[in-house]
Amino acid sequence: MALKLPIYMDNHATTPVDPRVVEAMLPYFTNQFGNAASRNHPFGWEAEKAVETAREQIAALIHASPKEIIFTSGATESDNLAIKGVAEMYREKGNHIITMVIEHKAVLDTCKRLEKYGYQVTYLPVGKDGRIDLDDLRRAITPKTILISLMYANNEIGVLQPIEEIGRLAKEHKVLFHTDATQAVGKIPFDVEKFNVDLASLSAHKMYGPKGVGALYVRRKNPRVQVAPLIDGGGHERGMRSGTLNVPSIVGFGKACELARAEMPAEMERMRGLRERLQNNLFGRLDEVYINGSLEHRLPNNLNVSFAYVEGESLLMGINDIAVSSGSACTSATLEPSYVLKALGVGEDLAHTSIRFGLGRFNTEEEVDYVADRVVETVTRLRELSPLYEMAKEGVDLKSMQWKAE
Amino acid sequence: MAYSDKVLDHYKNPRNVGSLPKDDPNVGTGLVGAPECGDVMKLQMKINPQTQVIEDAKFKTFGCGSAIASSSLATEWVKGKTVDEALTIKNVEIVKELNLPPVKIHCSVLAEDAIKAAIADYRKKRVPAQQPAATPAD
Repeated sequence: MALKLPIYMDNHATTPVDPRVVEAMLPYFTNQFGNAASRNHPFGWEAEKAVETAREQIAALIHASPKEIIFTSGATESDNLAIKGVAEMYREKGNHIITMVIEHKAVLDTCKRLEKYGYQVTYLPVGKDGRIDLDDLRRAITPKTILISLMYANNEIGVLQPIEEIGRLAKEHKVLFHTDATQAVGKIPFDVEKFNVDLASLSAHKMYGPKGVGALYVRRKNPRVQVAPLIDGGGHERGMRSGTLNVPSIVGFGKACELARAEMPAEMERMRGLRERLQNNLFGRLDEVYINGSLEHRLPNNLNVSFAYVEGESLLMGINDIAVSSGSACTSATLEPSYVLKALGVGEDLAHTSIRFGLGRFNTEEEVDYVADRVVETVTRLRELSPLYEMAKEGVDLKSMQWKAE
Repeated sequence: MAYSDKVLDHYKNPRNVGSLPKDDPNVGTGLVGAPECGDVMKLQMKINPQTQVIEDAKFKTFGCGSAIASSSLATEWVKGKTVDEALTIKNVEIVKELNLPPVKIHCSVLAEDAIKAAIADYRKKRVPAQQPAATPAD
């Protein structure tokens, strides 16, 4: 079978909507278009029923109760709602929040805003493996701590935090635990009970659902967690998030969760196989290639690699029929290399050479082989063009050189 | 991000890639940029000491496509020029020729710097080694 180009291998950015999800959504644009809040006619009842089914499907995937699912516009809103909502609601208890340096900007910038309002935030560092030290976390907890917000899987390097230990620690100290589980849910098992999670941010479009819909899991028992709303209005979603529900997308989100739950064991196995295939292919044929972050504690579909002496944007340019991401400064809006890689202690020189491969449900072995071939070919070509590779091969110590930067 | 056709052309078919013997007294080497910044250019020229004409030029660049294109173009432009003519090449001309967007202007600046650094290196080599000037007491 001929390969279809371009190849999409950037599934941490977003995923295509599964055709089965699209099919489930379609009736809710046309015949069943009702407002789920309309209580007095069948159009509303049908919409409400569909929303409740989705709530059950989502809850089942994360071992929650349906009433604990609050629909939002996506994980960014969920992160904002969790952190700002807890900060406001528990202000009398304390003003201290703990998070870490490699969180998504939706968490980091929310925390930064709260600092302006007088909250204290501790940003835990991570080791070379991309994981926090639990002793650091333990030491950071004070009587004023109201929230620990630590993501489960990182969006760049796919590294998993020790979520079960974090949850246990939070529970011991009676501090609420929020996790941005956007990249993990639907890909690997996630259990709010087992992990002692009090709040969790989820997004549909990272798991083969539609964009523009997400959810915040808010625990109702042991303890009963309360969050102040960001959006006031009709009092939807138990008062935590007003606004008419996006019924078709919610239906799609529910369907995506149902599929993820049913297919997860096989899918995880397949992702791991594809990732190993890619890794072996790249590492077998190129020297000076480095994996960023722990390989052991990582999403099965993520590979984040630095190709020393080859700048990331020029590499992307050479593999322009493949969609992946780079941690290079040239590909970011801020012109700074990835803050995540920096936090891991990856030198800026290597951060500029990093590529994130995000495998997904629709990638095949043929695609993986094609991607590996193109990457090897392009890295080899660009290294022939690279003065740094030449100098390294001549034995010049690049780190000790005096560089004349502009 | 969309690249201009000229950037793409230089990226795909870079001109004058390679290295010249850096110990040759007629070769000037310019190495500018820094790995931490994501751009390093090495530009070398072989200069005829009698005529001051740049007879050959080679480059190697670590950097984005625009950086590769800027240095590739620089080698094309300096070849056949005299040293003094090459020194008049301005980064804005590179920007214009390659249609570089504002965020890529630094690539052209680096290419201009590389030309100047290579010529400075050549001139330093040609001047008979001087006694280092005594440091004035301060």
